Amino acid sequence: MNDTHDHADLDRHVRAAMLVFGSLLVLTGFTVTAYFLHLPTRIAIAVALLIATVKGSLVAGWFMHLISEKRIIYWMLALTAAFFFPLLLFPTFNLLGAVRLH
Amino acid sequence: MSMDIPYTVGVRTDTGLNNGKLGIWLFLASEVMLFGSLFASYVMLRVGSTNWPAGATYLNIPLAAVNTVVLISSSVTMVLAWASLVRRDFGRFRLFLAVTILCGLVFLVIKYIEYSAKFHHEYFPSTNTFLAIYFTLTGLHGLHVIAGMAVNSWLWGPGSGMWKTDPVHFTNRVENAGLFWHLVDLVWIFLFPVLYLL
Repeated sequence: MNDTHDHADLDRHVRAAMLVFGSLLVLTGFTVTAYFLHLPTRIAIAVALLIATVKGSLVAGWFMHLISEKRIIYWMLALTAAFFFPLLLFPTFNLLGAVRLH
Repeated sequence: MSMDIPYTVGVRTDTGLNNGKLGIWLFLASEVMLFGSLFASYVMLRVGSTNWPAGATYLNIPLAAVNTVVLISSSVTMVLAWASLVRRDFGRFRLFLAVTILCGLVFLVIKYIEYSAKFHHEYFPSTNTFLAIYFTLTGLHGLHVIAGMAVNSWLWGPGSGMWKTDPVHFTNRVENAGLFWHLVDLVWIFLFPVLYLL
């Protein structure tokens, strides 16, 4: 968020934070409910990660003010993502390749 | 002769940010890579394992669900603490920050109960790969909770003297501490399903 705030903006921000809080609680309930549905492993992983991603986006967007940040922070995070996702995916590709060889 | 650190309150024309905020975001980016490397280790261990246990075999899902709610609540009170400062309401700031610190303490107490139960059943990091990555990830996360609580406690106590001399700078410090605290919440949002539910 910018360094200067007027009170109307701040009120909107606080209201949004309370809505996000409610959404996070509901989504946590969905996560636990999905676990007790005993879904097949692949579907369970997809559902759990999808819900976690939505929750994480809400926290980053509204609590961490990323919906209205300066461009330099977006570039910094884009650079981080450019290293983060290969970091997560390369070991998986490597292992899948190893499985194929056997 | 003293020299003031520049751009602690005013924004730089080239970045559009004060230096504190730029610094905390650079730090958070490094934290993302730190936890990212451990998540990558988890993925590699899990995909490479022929027999990966369900989290519920070892872990207490209701306790972890409560901890998730506690940490989410603490993020909201952190936002409210910062918003109180922007409204120049120092009393409410201290109240909300105290609740945030208390939530962190509750989280750690629940974690202590969880860890104690594991050790009581002789489940240690050396027991198997699942428990090794569980203790590593949750232990590192717990250290971050402690660090966040330490910073928030300082801002609640001795550090709050700055409110009288330089309120805008103090508000920026609280915002930056909040960004760190929200990252701690964000990491737990992924740790909970990955370790406990999958």
